[in-house]
Parts: sequence; C-alpha cells; structure tokens
Amino acid sequence: MADGNNTSQQSPLDAMPLKPKRGFKRTIFFILAMVFGVIVYAYGFAVTDVNLDEIRSETRQTQLVRVLRALARPDLLSYERVETPTDTAFAMPCPAGGFNADGVDENARHITVEPACVEPGGKITVRGANFSANARGTLVQIPPSGDLELRLAEFQVDGNGDFELVVNTRERESDQPQTIRAITRENIGTIFKPVQVEVTSDAGVVSTVRSPRISKSTTDTWDRIIETVFLAFLATTLGTVIAVPLSFMAARNLMRDISVPMTKLALQLLAMPVGVGLGILAAGWARTISEQLTDSVFLVILGLVVIPFLMVLAFRWALPPVEEEPPTPMERSGRAVVILIASVGGIVVLFLLASLMVTVGDWLAPRLSTFDFLGSFVASLGDILNAIITLLTALATAGVLMNLAGKLGMWMRGHLPAGFIKVFRIPLAAAAGAVLAVLIGMGIGWLYQITDPMKIYWVPAAVGAAIGLALAIRAYQKEQVAIGLSIYYIARTIFNAIRSIEPLVMVIVFVVWVGIGPFAGSLALALHTVAALAKLYSEQVESIQSGPIEAVKASGATRIQTIVYAVIPQIVPPYISFTLYRWDINVRMSTIIGFAGGGGIGFLLQQNIRLLNYSAASVNMLAIAIVVASMDYLSSRIRERIV
Amino acid sequence: MLKVEHLTKIYEGGTLALDDVSFEVPDGQFLAVIGLSGSGKSTLLRCINRLIEPTDGRITWNGVDVTKASQEEMRRIRRRIGMVFQHFNLVHRSKVLTNVLQGSLGYVNPALSLINRFPKEEVSKAYRQLARVGLQEKAAQRADELSGGQQQRVGVARALMQDPEMILADEPVASLDPVLAHSIMQYLETINREDDVTVLCSLHFLDLVHRYADRAIALNEGKLVFQGPPSEIDDDKFKEIYGQEAERVG
Repeated sequence: MADGNNTSQQSPLDAMPLKPKRGFKRTIFFILAMVFGVIVYAYGFAVTDVNLDEIRSETRQTQLVRVLRALARPDLLSYERVETPTDTAFAMPCPAGGFNADGVDENARHITVEPACVEPGGKITVRGANFSANARGTLVQIPPSGDLELRLAEFQVDGNGDFELVVNTRERESDQPQTIRAITRENIGTIFKPVQVEVTSDAGVVSTVRSPRISKSTTDTWDRIIETVFLAFLATTLGTVIAVPLSFMAARNLMRDISVPMTKLALQLLAMPVGVGLGILAAGWARTISEQLTDSVFLVILGLVVIPFLMVLAFRWALPPVEEEPPTPMERSGRAVVILIASVGGIVVLFLLASLMVTVGDWLAPRLSTFDFLGSFVASLGDILNAIITLLTALATAGVLMNLAGKLGMWMRGHLPAGFIKVFRIPLAAAAGAVLAVLIGMGIGWLYQITDPMKIYWVPAAVGAAIGLALAIRAYQKEQVAIGLSIYYIARTIFNAIRSIEPLVMVIVFVVWVGIGPFAGSLALALHTVAALAKLYSEQVESIQSGPIEAVKASGATRIQTIVYAVIPQIVPPYISFTLYRWDINVRMSTIIGFAGGGGIGFLLQQNIRLLNYSAASVNMLAIAIVVASMDYLSSRIRERIV
Repeated sequence: MLKVEHLTKIYEGGTLALDDVSFEVPDGQFLAVIGLSGSGKSTLLRCINRLIEPTDGRITWNGVDVTKASQEEMRRIRRRIGMVFQHFNLVHRSKVLTNVLQGSLGYVNPALSLINRFPKEEVSKAYRQLARVGLQEKAAQRADELSGGQQQRVGVARALMQDPEMILADEPVASLDPVLAHSIMQYLETINREDDVTVLCSLHFLDLVHRYADRAIALNEGKLVFQGPPSEIDDDKFKEIYGQEAERVG
C-alpha cells in the first residue's frame, strides 16, 4: 500500500482529446428527427380537426361577436325601461305627384325617411337625430289601420345621438300615408342614482319598484356560489379526515419494517371475520338494550350520564397510568372482562347519543326559524351516528380479536417447541388463505350475482388454501411475512386507481346513489380528495427525518406512539399546506361538478349556456372567477401564516 | 452485565458490518467504542437495543437474551436503555419538554399518551431532568430554537427520563465543538458515576477516550481489534486500529 501514490503519473487533462465537430450521422439524425416531428404535428392537426375555413366564415364570426358582447354585459342589475316613440310619415306606393312628409323640428328628436315614398317592399334610408346617445331601439312600420307594428330592424344610436339605417319596407300597399316609428328603450336610473318607478303587472296590479335593482341572475348566482363554496369545504374536510390515517399506510418508510411471523398472521386473518361477526352481534345487543331506554327522553339522558361515569371508573381501574411491572394473568383476565363490559356500555351510550341527537334536532328545527338548519344538522348527525355504530363496532371488535390472536401467536412461538410450530403453521396458513379467499369470492359473487356455491366457496377456498400452503412452505426458513409492504402496495394501487378517475366522472355514480344535487358532488369530490391527499401526504411522510423516529423507538415506545410523537410533529406543516391546496382545487372543481349533476354553480352555468342566455352565464363566470381568485389569495395567506 | 457473543451483522446489500464480535461490559462501566468511520460502531450500538436486527450471534443483558425477545419484551428492554445520538434526533417542531417526555413513553399508559397526556409525576420528573442538564427555563421553547450543545443536553435529559440502567451514546459529541464536547461528556460521566449507569459511548477523539472511559474496545472493518484500558493504546495499537497511514492528532 506504501507505493499507492505513484502509480498514476498522467494528469487527467491530457487524456481528454478535443471533441470533433458534429458528425455527418448526427446531422442526418437531426434532419430525420425534424421530419418526424413535422409529421407528428401534421397528424395532430388532422386528428383535432383544425379548420380555418370555419373560423373565417361570416356567420361564425357574427355569432362569436354576439356571444362575446353578451358575455361582456353581465346581467348583474335589472333596469325598468321607458319606451319613447318617434314617428314620421311615408307613402307606399308613391301617389301621383309625389309625397312629402310634414316638416320636422331640426332641434328636437326626429327621424326622416328617404325617399319619402317607395314601391311596395322598396328600400328606404332612415336617419335619426337628437336621440339619447348610445340608446338602442327598434324600427317599425305602421300601416294606416294603425293597430299593427311591423318590425323592420334594431338600431343603435351613436355617441352624438344620430343613427342611419337602410331597411327593406314591408309590402303593405295603401293610398293613405303610413308611419315609420323608431321606438327607443332606455334604462331608468343608474347605479349611482336609482329611482322608484311605478309598474303595472300583467294582472293590472300597480306597484313601486326600484330601478336599477339586483337582477334575478345575480341572486340565483349568489345562492349557488354559496352552495359551491360549502360543497368544496365539506369535501375537503371529509377527505382530509379520512386521508390522514390512510396516508401512513402508503408511506414506505413506516411500512417497510413491519413484518409479522407467519403463525401470528394466519391466526389474525382467521380472527378477523370472527371479530366482525361478534362485533355485529354485540352491536345488536347494545341496540336492544338502548331501545329499552329510548322511549323516554329522561331515561336516555340518565343513561348518558350514568353509563359514561361507570365506564370512566372501569377504564381507570383497568388501565393504570404507569405500569412498572407486567400484570399477572389473573389481573389481565379480570381487566379484560371489565373492559369488555365497559365497551358494550360504550356502544349503548353511542346508540343513546344518536337517539338523543335525533330527538333534540327534530325538536329544535321548527323552533329556530332562520337557524332551523342547525336543528336538522344535529338530527342528521344522530342519524349518521346510528348508521355507523354497527360498522364501527364490527371493525373495533375485529381489531381487538386480531390483537388477541396475535398475542396467542406470539405466546405459541414462545412456549411451544419450534418443530411443532413449523409444522402447525402450515395448515394454519392454508386455513387463513382459504378464509380470505372465500371472503373475496363472496364479494365477487355478490357483484356478478353468482349463486353457484362451487364458484363462490369451494374454488376460492381451494385456491386460497393452496396459496397459503405455498407461502408457509416458502417461508419455512425465515418465518417473517412482510405484511407492511403488502399493505403499502395495495394502498398505493387503490389510491392511484381512484385518483385517475376525475370527480366529474365519479359524480355520475353518486348521482345515481343520492340523487342530483350538491350532496352527490361533495361525495365525489371527497372521494377524489381522499385518494389525492393520501398520496401527497404519504410522500411527505416518506421524506421526514428518520432520526427522531429512531430516538422514540429506542425509548421503548409502541408503533402508534412513534407515529404520534416522531412522525406527526414533522408532517403538520406540509399537511396543512397540501390541505389548503386541495381546498383550492376543490373550489375550482366544484364550480364545474354541476355540469354532471353535482350541484353548485356549474348547474346554473350549464343551464344558462344551453338557453343561450349569455348575459346570465357571464354573471356565473364572474362569480366563479371572484371566488377562485379570493380562495387562492386566502389560502396562500393562511399557508404563509402557519407554515 | 452486558454480554455480546459472536455478533455478526450483514446488511441486505451484502456489506459485512460486524464480524464475529464478542465482548462483555460489567455493570457501571464506562466503555468507549473506537474505530474509523464505517468500522461498525453505530451498527454495534444499534444491535444492542435491536434498532438494527443482528444477523447472527447473541446479546444477553442481565441474563435476558435480547436477540430472542419478542416485540413486547423488546419494548420493556428498550425502556431501560437510554440512547443519545450524534445528530441529537430531537423532534424539531415539538417543545423541549415534549421531547424529554418522549423518554417516558415506554412506561406510561399508551392510550392516554396518544392525546399528549402524561401523568403529573412524569411531567415534574421531566422538569427535574431538564434542571439536571441546566435547561429548565427552556422547557416551553421549540427544540429547533436551541443551539447544538443545548439540543444534545435535551437528548441526555430524554435518555435520563427512561431511568436507564444503560446508556448507548452514538458519537454524542461528533457534531459539537471541543468545549461543548467536554460538557456533554461530563454529563455522561456524572450519570455513570452517580447513578451507576453503564455507558457505551462511541468516540472519535482519543483524548476523550483517555479522559472519560474505564475501558475501550476498538473495531476495524467490523472486527474487534482491541479491548482493554485506554492507557494500553500505544502507537502500535493505534496503527492497528486506525490503519498504517493514520497519525495521532489528539
């Protein structure tokens, strides 16, 4: 090793020859690439129907101008209008000796027709002067009978109060002089100087209104935009609450190290369906017990006070705050029984609470007038609680039972001979595989309406057992199963699948389930939010410092304690930031989710566009722009503050 | 008494980090672990509380086989072993007090600790540990507002919170300047002398080893190349541990 430093005498710079100029081959390649690029682009043009003739056509252009002008005049205010007629006489056909209209006062508002007489249907030029600047109006022809207005054209007065128009007259021959009338319509009042006007409705009722006043489009838009903002709010909060725990399952650095022995995993898988069944049973009992009490509000309240008190006492006794020594088996079983009874008490309390909330909500709603929604909210919460108690109980029981099965597995590994475990876990794994496969088979059977027991029970059971066997034999040496990584991959796959479906598509399914309206929209947005946020969150979890996790683990903390103390403090700022960002996206999404039946302002916008009511559509778009822009501003401000 | 027998660790990529390492540490000893970077010091310390799973060999502590312990048993073992890290490993955004209280997580009721509730005795104990390292007035500050030396003192207080019978210190002074290094080493020395806590401490500087350790072991490429009192590390031993080209600096 002593002569190691004089082996290389060459300086690294000598070895580097000058690079030759771009070679011929490279040039050819470059030209080919260019040609290929042009071909790709040309094909793109053909496929996307790029059509310049359409753009140039005059009808298209006038339509576009009409729409743009309507959009530029959002229908925010509605005005009362006055109509002012201005008449002049003309003849059709020309009488012998010609025809002369009466003289006009050049200083007053007037119109003139040239020529003063035409053959039936001939062209005339109409000129007006001294009109209100920029007023709009209609030009009509009135035959001598006087009861008919024949519409000739619309006109627009210029800034000087003049207009000139060439129109075709209608063929109404008469020896009497006819009338050409210019009717101008003008708005009464301005934003700065509104006036009160008396109007007569079609039914003959006279009333006083303000002009201008907030238009119907504006009030409708206001209602819908509020709906939109809250739709986005509900979707974001609901989605966040669900996404936070799920995101830990999709974080590789947390899941990587989780592996369980085969025996334990198999026992846990077997315990899961049993736990779900027991949970449903327990929830059933609790429901029966609570139904004895729900007839009387007094009993419900009494139950709500007494049972939690007893529960707190029970848990205080069963879960001492500091444990120096592991409890004896006697203590353990005593505690387990107490916790079990207290848990059933807890379910009863939940049922009572749900029933109380429904009662209170229904009682409050009619008594709160404007705030009746608070009453309905409480009642709905009670209803939701009532609906999910059974589910929660089933999940909790399954969790507890799986935990116990895991402990049993660990006990077996510690106390039974290793050879016995090695043999014993093979049938156990097969059984677990079979149970899991039958559960999946039942799901598939339900979806495809298969009733053949062969297909939904026996075949899956056999396949599952075979997979379990194979795994158990393969894991003969190592024993450990990397369950964490499996969960990680499953969670990732599900999130990616859900995330790839736009909420606009999801809402179609939700509309079938809960009907057209904002509820369907918020559910669709919430589901998409869960998938998108869980992915973003999990990537944040993956990028945290591992040091604190190591430190907390080293102090003897459980896995959940490690997450609470070492992971969560590190991810709070990015989580808040991503949640705000998602809220921003959801507000934008909720403005169009109405297009697919999801409620909110999109519903109104789509309707107005379909009805060609562009001035009203313009109000909707204005509202969307204001809400999105202010949301953006607000969220960036909050992010600055917190993060 | 900590007994390490034939401890071997091979990482997934095939790197041999520890190669048949055996040694014993009597209770109450201050043992220095020396060696070059990458010689396996950190791996050795982490195998003892199984933050890293050993590939082979046996570790027994007070008669309990650590390598065979289940997860639940391992938690009970870990809570008696405090650990101090080179990069302090505090949770930056949490309060200093919360960081110290983390040391009691292995003892308290898991359910209550999840909502950040600790028994009153534990909280006052955490204040006492902070007072012991002279930081009681910093309890309410965020951990990242502290200087490096202060952060390491919080790290020591966190380890003390566990009422440890042994402390594993993984290069506790490598990211600190010499003055701070001595102050942290003095805390460890006090804990070792007054509380009779066994200390395993990996160190870079030989003068620190001479000054604080009762005994030293040395690793070179995963192999145990020396064990004995620090005074026995003469120039020949030094070259054996650190390689022929190495020169003594301290």
